[in-house]
Amino acid sequence: MTLHPLVERRSILLCCGTGGVGKTTTAAAIALEGARRGRRSVVVTIDPAKRLADALGLGGLTNTPTRVEGAWPGELWAVMLDTKATFDELVAKHATSSEQVERILANPFYRNISGALSGTQEYMAMEKLYELHEESSFELVVVDTPPTRRALDFLDAPGRLTRFLDHRLYKLLLGPTRGYLRAVNVAAQAFLRTVSRVVGSEVIDDAIAFFQAFEGMEQGFRARAGRVLELLSAPGTGYVLVASPRRDTAEEAAFFAGKLRANGIPVDALVVNRVHPTFLPGDAAATRERADAVAGTPLAPLLANLADFQLVAAREDEDLARLAGEVEAGLLTRVPFLPDDVHDLDGLAVVAGHLFR
Amino acid sequence: MDPVQFFAASRLVIVAGKGGVGKTTVTAALARAAAGAGLRVLVVEVEGRSGLAGMFGLPGELSYTEVSLLRDQGPSGQGEVRARTLTPDEALSEYLHDHGLRRLSHRLARTGALDVVATAAPGIQDILVLGKVKQLERSGTADLVLLDAPAAGHAISFLRSARGLLDAVHVGPVATQAADVLELLTDPRRCSVLLVTLPEETPVNELIETAYSLEDQVGVHLGPVVVNGLYPALGGLDADPEAAAAAAGVTLLPGEVDALRAAAAFRTARQGLQQAQVERLAERLPLPQVRLPFLFTPDVGPAEAAELAVAVTREIGALAAPAS
Repeated sequence: MTLHPLVERRSILLCCGTGGVGKTTTAAAIALEGARRGRRSVVVTIDPAKRLADALGLGGLTNTPTRVEGAWPGELWAVMLDTKATFDELVAKHATSSEQVERILANPFYRNISGALSGTQEYMAMEKLYELHEESSFELVVVDTPPTRRALDFLDAPGRLTRFLDHRLYKLLLGPTRGYLRAVNVAAQAFLRTVSRVVGSEVIDDAIAFFQAFEGMEQGFRARAGRVLELLSAPGTGYVLVASPRRDTAEEAAFFAGKLRANGIPVDALVVNRVHPTFLPGDAAATRERADAVAGTPLAPLLANLADFQLVAAREDEDLARLAGEVEAGLLTRVPFLPDDVHDLDGLAVVAGHLFR
Repeated sequence: MDPVQFFAASRLVIVAGKGGVGKTTVTAALARAAAGAGLRVLVVEVEGRSGLAGMFGLPGELSYTEVSLLRDQGPSGQGEVRARTLTPDEALSEYLHDHGLRRLSHRLARTGALDVVATAAPGIQDILVLGKVKQLERSGTADLVLLDAPAAGHAISFLRSARGLLDAVHVGPVATQAADVLELLTDPRRCSVLLVTLPEETPVNELIETAYSLEDQVGVHLGPVVVNGLYPALGGLDADPEAAAAAAGVTLLPGEVDALRAAAAFRTARQGLQQAQVERLAERLPLPQVRLPFLFTPDVGPAEAAELAVAVTREIGALAAPAS
């Protein structure tokens, strides 16, 4: 029952977890369920597998939502996050003139920010979420968070980028306006000369040109980042932790849940994908003994096979028990190992069927 | 192919694959297999939190300081596994220190300006890490350096960093460093990449894409592909449970007939799907395959890594020796 109230009442659901646990599929299935329950839903995906993207009608990066047609009372839309275009739009939104937009977009340092600055993708995913929620009247926005190297990068990302744009170095680069800054600036120049020696002077020149072009926009950026962060901890925002029953991913998910809690964010649901089926509850060792007792008969391999799966079920239960302890009882939803990868709407409907049993 | 010859073919082996394919388990198994062949192995982790230490029965996480995970291996008793992490920040301060720029390193750390520098010249953090890997490869501290690469898409940008940086920076110590790293990555006698995948549709698709990207964009030599998690073959699963019980003279409890039938059908179906993916991979990517079994075991720890190491050695033994 855990996911039902979320998909019916919340306005934003963030699916988080490590890579390779079926986060994108889970996010898309939740958005589909939202549409089936009459809501205007959108799923924001990040680099989905090609066949799933095709199923959602996403040919490539599309920053504007694409409608997925189907026989449901609500609406289903999909977006494949284009980090650079989202950033470009944000620049255009805050710029004071079209000339300023052009200068920034043409700057090589700016182009590196969208591709190379760690946290940019996470920041833009959160920005897109904010935009879809606030400005595009979607009732349910489901976001597939980027697979991060560090847990919770996406919560930190908006602040991280404004801190970066706010950097002391940036103020120094813009030139002295007061006496004491002039003195600091001499030191900054010396520092920059040394950095230039290491990485080359043209990249530093680009950086200076970027910060100069950016002048006057940081207030707007900071204010918006603040609103994005507020939305992430708003009561209408829910967190769905996605994991698989492998010890390493279960441990990673438990770590993640602890981090969320430390940030005052409860995990609202825990989805575990790719769980091996339990064919018959029981002790694997006892089943194995029975197989050995009938060795040489056609029954032996059948029992040995059952014992194999009982062993794996016990291992998965044990790994999941530790993870389940991190979230409130009853929040765990298991999705069994599916016979095939999900690459069409029927497949998504099967996943949704398991999620919303 | 003789495992010693296989593991000694290039001193640096980079293990890459998307999240959830068991990259850390495979890295542990490869390290054990190489140590078992008598090599001194150094595993280098670049992302922290990998659980590699646990695969050797050691608690906690690895750090910048090397630790010994396994010793006295192989016929000579010289085989061993050591491990450490490498992070950009640590690599940077070490680099600056070595280049007489200790004061700069303090300033960079204090002002947080590394972010600005890293954005000005993308890939610089990766180059610092790879530069340190190159130094380890050159130093002879190990016969085999196993680099556990960042997951999935990160691996491509990580390995592309040298070429990308050379496009942006033409002179100076960083350009030299990038050139050295590129030379290492593109020399098959010094470096090869092992890609890890599961026998499933999406991981196989992504592996094929990654393989071609790495060859085209970086120019690395690709070693065999590691296919992890194949259900071990078990014959006789097509028998009817009721008839089989009768033949064995056993009475099954209620529900057992259905459970036996369902479990057999599940394994047979998944095995068929796995086989189809392995064949598709072979067709699309002409590289030899090292196939590792899914472990039906109560735990995945040191004992299982050792079991996989035996499988690695057996699979390598079955590979054709390269034409010389």
